[in-house]
Amino acid sequence: MIPGRFEYHQPESLDAAVGLLGKLGEDARVIAGGHSLIPMMKLRLAMPEHLVDLKAITDLKHITVDGGVISIGAMTTQAELIGSAELALAAPIVKETALQIADPQIRYQGTIGGNVANGDPGNDMPALMQCLDASFVLQGPDGQREVSAREFYEAAYFTAREDLEILSAVKFAVCSGGYAYEKQKRKIGDYATAAAAVLLTKGGDGGCSHAAIALTNLADTPLYCEEASNSLMQSGVDAASIDGAVASCMSIIEPVEDNRGPAEFKKHAASMVLRRAIELAWSRA
Amino acid sequence: MSVEAETIEQRTAALKGLGTSRKRVEDSRFTQGKGNYVDDLKMPNMLFGDFVRSQHAHAYVKSIDTSAALALPGVIAVLTAKDLEPLSLHWMPTLAGDKQMVLADGKVLFQGQEVAFVVAEDRYIAADAIDLVKVEYEELPALVDPFKAELPDAPILREDIADNLEGAHGPRRHPNHIFTWEQGDKDATESILASAPVVAEEMVYYHRTHPCPLETCGAVASMDKVNGKLTLWGTFQAPHVVRTVASLLSGIAEHNIRVVSPDIGGGFGNKVGVYPGYVCAIVASIVTGQPVKWVEDRMENLTSTAFARDYHMQGKIAATAEGKILGLWCHTTADHGAFDACADPTKYPAGFMNICTGSYDIPTAYLAVDGIYTNKAPGGVAYRCSFRVTEAAYFIERMIEVLAIKLNMDAAELRSINFIRKEQFPYQSALGWEYDSGDYHSAWNKALEAVNYKALRAEQAKQVEAFKAGETRKLMGIGLCHFTEIVGAGPVKNCDILGMGMFDSCEIRIHPTGSAIARLGTISQGQGHATTFAQILASEIGISADDITIEEGDTDTAPYGLGTYGSRSTPVAGAATAMAGRKIRAKAQMIAAYLLEVHDNDVEWEVDRFVVKGAPERFKTMKEVAFASYTQAIPGVEPGLEAVSYYDPPNMTYPFGAYICVMDIDVDTGVSDIRQFFALDDCGTRINPMIIEGQVHGGLTEALAIALGQEIAYDELGNVKTGSLMDFFIPTSWETPNYTTDFTETPSPHHPIGAKGVGESPNVGGVPAFSNAINDAFKAFGLTHTHMPHDHWRIWKTANKLGLHA
Ligand SMILES: Cc1cc2nc3c(=O)[nH]c(=O)nc-3n(C[C@H](O)[C@H](O)[C@H](O)COP(=O)(O)OP(=O)(O)OC[C@H]3O[C@@H](n4cnc5c(N)ncnc54)[C@H](O)[C@@H]3O)c2cc1C
Repeated sequence: MIPGRFEYHQPESLDAAVGLLGKLGEDARVIAGGHSLIPMMKLRLAMPEHLVDLKAITDLKHITVDGGVISIGAMTTQAELIGSAELALAAPIVKETALQIADPQIRYQGTIGGNVANGDPGNDMPALMQCLDASFVLQGPDGQREVSAREFYEAAYFTAREDLEILSAVKFAVCSGGYAYEKQKRKIGDYATAAAAVLLTKGGDGGCSHAAIALTNLADTPLYCEEASNSLMQSGVDAASIDGAVASCMSIIEPVEDNRGPAEFKKHAASMVLRRAIELAWSRA
Repeated sequence: MSVEAETIEQRTAALKGLGTSRKRVEDSRFTQGKGNYVDDLKMPNMLFGDFVRSQHAHAYVKSIDTSAALALPGVIAVLTAKDLEPLSLHWMPTLAGDKQMVLADGKVLFQGQEVAFVVAEDRYIAADAIDLVKVEYEELPALVDPFKAELPDAPILREDIADNLEGAHGPRRHPNHIFTWEQGDKDATESILASAPVVAEEMVYYHRTHPCPLETCGAVASMDKVNGKLTLWGTFQAPHVVRTVASLLSGIAEHNIRVVSPDIGGGFGNKVGVYPGYVCAIVASIVTGQPVKWVEDRMENLTSTAFARDYHMQGKIAATAEGKILGLWCHTTADHGAFDACADPTKYPAGFMNICTGSYDIPTAYLAVDGIYTNKAPGGVAYRCSFRVTEAAYFIERMIEVLAIKLNMDAAELRSINFIRKEQFPYQSALGWEYDSGDYHSAWNKALEAVNYKALRAEQAKQVEAFKAGETRKLMGIGLCHFTEIVGAGPVKNCDILGMGMFDSCEIRIHPTGSAIARLGTISQGQGHATTFAQILASEIGISADDITIEEGDTDTAPYGLGTYGSRSTPVAGAATAMAGRKIRAKAQMIAAYLLEVHDNDVEWEVDRFVVKGAPERFKTMKEVAFASYTQAIPGVEPGLEAVSYYDPPNMTYPFGAYICVMDIDVDTGVSDIRQFFALDDCGTRINPMIIEGQVHGGLTEALAIALGQEIAYDELGNVKTGSLMDFFIPTSWETPNYTTDFTETPSPHHPIGAKGVGESPNVGGVPAFSNAINDAFKAFGLTHTHMPHDHWRIWKTANKLGLHA
């Protein structure tokens, strides 16, 4: 449980950090809160020779709501997400999700940037970001680009981010309407057995004017459930359409057996968690 | 100072003796981060040792190449079995009469086994060096399932003893078989089973788990080559035993070895055993002449140091149609892992599993236990249970439930019918124990009333109806348990560890100014000995507990004792403390009589002083007597005021309790929610009610963990699946419910102060209560038994199999 040797760097600007990454090459890793990376290093599953700590880059720590767009700096901690009154108004589902991540000690360290960049299907923020249709701002040697959260995840630990890019912020629209993040886990501090993020907006006619569903830890990437989301928008939310949406989501999940249980159990749990999330979100819509 | 003005009650209260909820004196240092644990020890020139461990469950070790590791700057040595062999230390005896490899001698037998020991200038260099040691393995098929151990194609694990037909506990019938232990009357039991009106049968598996103390195991060995003295600090629950073993193994005379247990961060049995790390640290210090520290990390602790349980208990219970139990039969297949490293008394290779008749008057019984080798870590320790008592209690408390189902009878009623009655004590059990005392019916009725048992059952029945009608997806479970423990090992005539009788000891010195120090052969790992033993003494010798220092754990100063585990400290060392106190008082009486110029028999003891009979205004306090003992020449009496007592208990003690757990279960997700937990404990005389409550809360939380998720699981290749706290369940405050505690008080008739020990009761009684609640919830749908741990997916699977998801 002792990591290999590494050099530690603490740049003070994003440019300097990107520059360092370019210079040090593939032996360098960015470190944010360290609560995914350091456990991997202690197991020597990750053995970076250089750690580039983003902690001193003040530009990466912010929560702004401007013109209907929320921007959150990558180094904003999960505790700060929970504590932000502005965010609680503009996108209450973020707080609801963050409160279900790990435990308070970890949330003081863990950052939103690290959580979404990590690429671990167990992380909760990626599905949330897909549900919110967020985009990730990536800063690299060739400048800045934005990638949609729904297109960011390729496989477990593989994302659209290039090795030399740093994720600087996540952006998404202010959300009104009903929301829910439901998560089944074995204990505090555990990753999801199954979790679902749901946003539902009620239209003037009582129908569903906006729907978005995404799932955590039920495949090797987070899953945005496009078909189910669209079908709820088309048919409105009632018992039959919920059944349909759940069935549609269940057809795309591919949970794997682990100590949380076999796939068949996870499928069942996922359907329950999702159903409850839809019902809760609709009751809040 | 107006001592005279104080009433007897005030003087008694001032002592903070028996029955006082005195705050723990240890806590000021622990809560301020001022504890002193093994890993806090820092010494000049101290080196660090760390293990290369096997990733295979079963393999031959073809070669070990240490050259690259030795070439790393800062690496001092890399020890392998070859280096230990000339010292005959490549193997070591276990506490169970077997032997265990210190470092892999030609083969490895479990994942995580110690293969080589790297010694380096700091722990970071040691960790790097481990990666540089190249071990070449030839993999062998792994034996994971003990029921396959004796099949024709089973791999032979212990080639070193494959031909020994006689083990430490009698004949072995197969190279993978360790022992068969039989108790009770086989023929009589089987004939009852054949003729009884009702027989219920079940396989009850108590899965493998681990005590997982917050502080892992570790040691610092320091060989002083100038004076030839070896000092060994470590996480030892039995420091004196470690000293004797170290002396026997190393050849260093016992007076030249000092073993010290500093503060210990939880033991629960995990720190009873002798581990390869201790031996390697000692050898490395002898070789280098420098102190050597070895401390496990969490994964090493979970995967290589002593596990608990892993008992497959096949049970049959016979009864009349009215529910009177006639006989109990049990055959246990005990998975011991690669070496038999249990810490049980020699005559009890399955511990006190023969307490499995529980709280019931069962006239005829038979128990057989077969110990089996598998490719898993060795151990088989208590985990807050005295020698397999948890397994026994779980077994009988499940069998009672299974029988109740068969009889279609209320399980609370069934228990009541069969309890050993108050007037039957001392009670001779069919499997050989003499229960010292008990009043089970009173405790049971009190518990049932406290939770309003009848109303709970009515509510449960309604819930079942609502479930069937599709109105709810939740079920309610009521978990009952009435356990009887057997603790306080134990009488020297039948209890020993490596031949050492299981007495314990206390030595008291009263200082001239009337305060005192007492040293014991036990060692606290969080139980609060410094608090409670001072209270026992306060009541015996009339000196306030606040003026008594309790010291344990240093073999150079403490009297010989067998240590702390199996809830033995209070029953054995606590008794020694009271007896030593009484010796002090006997001498003090002579001194007081001299000072008061009366005959010895003309003074009597009153709380904190000797009073002249019939003349209450004439007295000498213990404090005055103490001063006189050092300052006056008293004819016929030696100066000073000291005593020592070695206590050999005449019998074990038998704490008991009644626990009831109410749970709500979500049938669709398998999530369980503890609504209520009521725990009534009878541990005899209560020394410190607050500490008892703390012990009960802690033990219940461990029980909750075990019942609801905690396990050491292996895959079919022998890989540990639960080697970190992500998967090995330790409840936080979030998962822990509010407990309601209560008590009855049935003093032990043979213990000097009537105390019985309580540290383990909640773990022993808690597990069946939690498990019975889960089982009970599904009873209405045809379930008789489902195995622990009852985590979400297993509960879900139970519901699924019963067709509740259709
Ligand atoms: C016991 C425990 C329980 C946990 N439970 C949960 C849980 O239930 N749900 C959950 O979602 N998470 C959980 N976590 C993970 C936790 O939330 C992590 O903090 C989070 O996943 C990563 O954030 P970090 O800031 O710690 O990132 P780090 O660990 O520092 O980094 C993680 C990875 O992302 C990369 N990275 C970090 N920041 C950036 C960036 N700005 N640009 C590019 N790459 C970057 C790093 O190089 C690294 O590869 C748990 C962690 C622990 C230890």
